[in-house]
Amino acid sequence: MVLKAFMADTALSYLDHNATTPLLPEAATAVRNCLDVFGNPSSVHKAGRRARALMEDAREHLAGATGASAAEITFTSGGTEANTLALRGLVAAQGCKSVIVSGLEHASVLAVVPGATVIAGDVRGAVDLNALEDALKTVPRPALICLMLANNETGVLQPLDAAIALARTYGAYLHCDAVQAFGKVPIDFSTLVVDSMSLSGHKVGGLKGIGALLVRRGLDIAADIVGGGQECRRRAGTENVTGIVSFGAAAREVPRLLAGAPRIRGLRDQIETSVRRIAPQAKVFGDSLARLPNTSCISLANVTSETQVMRLDLAGVAVSAGSACSSGKIAPSHVLLAMGISPAEAKSAIRISLGWSSTEADVAHFIEAWQPLALSAAA
Amino acid sequence: MSSVTQAKTRIVVAMSGGVDSSVTAALLHAQGYDVVGLTMQLYDHGAATAKSKTCCAGQDIYDARRVADRIGIPHYVVDYETNFKAEVMDRFADSYIRGETPVPCVLCNQTVKFRDLLKAAKDLGADALATGHYVQRIEGPHGAELHRAVDADRDQSYFLFATTQAQLDFVRFPLGGLTKPEARALGASFDLHVADKPDSQDICFVPNGRYADVIQKLRPDAAVAGDIVHLDGRVMGRHAGVINYTVGQRRGLGVGGEVDPLYVVHVDPERAQVIVGPKEALLRTAFEIHSVNWLGGGEGPSTDGTPFHVKLRNTQAPMAATVFGEGNGKAKVVLAEAEVAVTPGQACVFYDGNRVFGGGWIARDVGVARVPHNLRRGAAVVAV
Repeated sequence: MVLKAFMADTALSYLDHNATTPLLPEAATAVRNCLDVFGNPSSVHKAGRRARALMEDAREHLAGATGASAAEITFTSGGTEANTLALRGLVAAQGCKSVIVSGLEHASVLAVVPGATVIAGDVRGAVDLNALEDALKTVPRPALICLMLANNETGVLQPLDAAIALARTYGAYLHCDAVQAFGKVPIDFSTLVVDSMSLSGHKVGGLKGIGALLVRRGLDIAADIVGGGQECRRRAGTENVTGIVSFGAAAREVPRLLAGAPRIRGLRDQIETSVRRIAPQAKVFGDSLARLPNTSCISLANVTSETQVMRLDLAGVAVSAGSACSSGKIAPSHVLLAMGISPAEAKSAIRISLGWSSTEADVAHFIEAWQPLALSAAA
Repeated sequence: MSSVTQAKTRIVVAMSGGVDSSVTAALLHAQGYDVVGLTMQLYDHGAATAKSKTCCAGQDIYDARRVADRIGIPHYVVDYETNFKAEVMDRFADSYIRGETPVPCVLCNQTVKFRDLLKAAKDLGADALATGHYVQRIEGPHGAELHRAVDADRDQSYFLFATTQAQLDFVRFPLGGLTKPEARALGASFDLHVADKPDSQDICFVPNGRYADVIQKLRPDAAVAGDIVHLDGRVMGRHAGVINYTVGQRRGLGVGGEVDPLYVVHVDPERAQVIVGPKEALLRTAFEIHSVNWLGGGEGPSTDGTPFHVKLRNTQAPMAATVFGEGNGKAKVVLAEAEVAVTPGQACVFYDGNRVFGGGWIARDVGVARVPHNLRRGAAVVAV
């Protein structure tokens, strides 16, 4: 029984890094080394100081990896909380009169401000800048714009520089969700003129349950979770020291992860080349724009996402489709629908996302498992 | 079968989260098969109970998932909400609106379970689809045969009469030879947390048995108030919609003052009338059925008449009858003895001993000419 489970795990090709990444060995070591450090970082005594030191070391590592200063970093429980804090906190503290979000954003952004103006995406996978400008002209000011750096499903890099220029013209605030981009493309918070930016630990080789919001120095943001004075009164609650340590250790590896990007891009491109050869009818979404090097969103007409994900899983290949809700059923991707892709096409799309642990063997394994599906669809 | 063959034989188990399908999955896994669990998401659990749309897994999906974890098999949830709504829930509502009393479990087996789920099983490379139904599938000289379960109290063959021969060839029912207590004991021996889970009651998408509420939600214009009319023409009272009445129903009519109790003998949606009368008015000896599924080999039941035992309700003991095939999926059933409540919309299932030979749906114009003349009085307002 144990042997069977072990063998099943070693045969697994994990191609779902955008959902979560395996813990980096460096992060695992850092976590192991801090498990005995039990102090509360807010405590005055030595045990507390030890915990605080570890936490502040991690904050500096994260600052180094993002170009932010340590004082600009607020730790949260993850990307969702960071997005929530940014949107609610900036609206409350800066008196924003309206919120504009891209329709391609993560659910945590789309759900947090009811009544926000939603800007459609275009068929290539980028937010429609003309529609964004039209919205900025009409909504009450100041507005808060929320735009992701890279889309989690297609990997398409969003036109952030253009959005920054628009924000400046119309006096709008800009929050950037960089959860999916961090560790995959270079980020420099010191030169990107955005007001806040969210990050997540487990998307970059850290533990789940830890994230961060970077807030531009000097900008006020209202806490969403209140109570104690932790994180400069921006996020109450005893800090998740273990998670923070894992995040810091993973952040230290970001330069190495970025250096590995060409290798990962090569593997991704191999997959897409093979897919196009096996199934000329297959479609790769977002491939006309600059994308993350690790992500590929592919539709195979006449084979549902559900079937592809299950068949691949039974063959030991992990990919994802759309957004799985708590029941486990698969709904068509809201991102593809916001790009104007037909529901039928969106229902036959899967997302392949590679990462630091991906190998040539994983690519071969995927192709071997996917080929019969493509051939059955063509038959 | 050798263990090597079994390990290479993939069986998809339709896991509902109940004890029967859970035991089915555990049993097949213990026998060495490559078992994959699939659970159908059929309706929004919040929407069915008039709450706002949620995306929450119901308790049953949770249970199925935990059982699969416990056994150590892959498990997936497949989304058939759209088809279930159109082919089971909407047809359930429309059937009541037509004045019938439907059997949605048969429709579900016929559509999402043995068509969509069976296709999903084939898509996953399965060699068979297994369910936790209490029926037996026995290899006969001319292919697979459908037989009643060993446990007569649990027999579900009535709900499976519409299974086609092709479906039957692919489906397996490992519990058909067990009694329910035996299945529960197996569940306990496999240490499944659902071993003591209560049996599901009624229709899955009708919480608390209040089916009229569900119809009201699906078809808001369905409830048209009208008269409750006696067979002899007297208006006995008012009703809030024919969907609230079933042929054979006695309780809850709100009409009295008669010496003998009154029963619903006919439901007339065109005139929004519920027709009531004495118990004798329910007696029928012959009726028509449609959409016949035949599991006896060949085209269908013989036009010369074949003796069978038939069940007109799941809970009923089979009774002697002769079935005359009429082609086009139609047949006439002549009962050996008159029976009350031959209810339009219910299934008439053919048995020869334990074997199921198929069945059909009881048509609406049942026994029209047999309304006893002496019960009619005055103008024939009752156009049955």
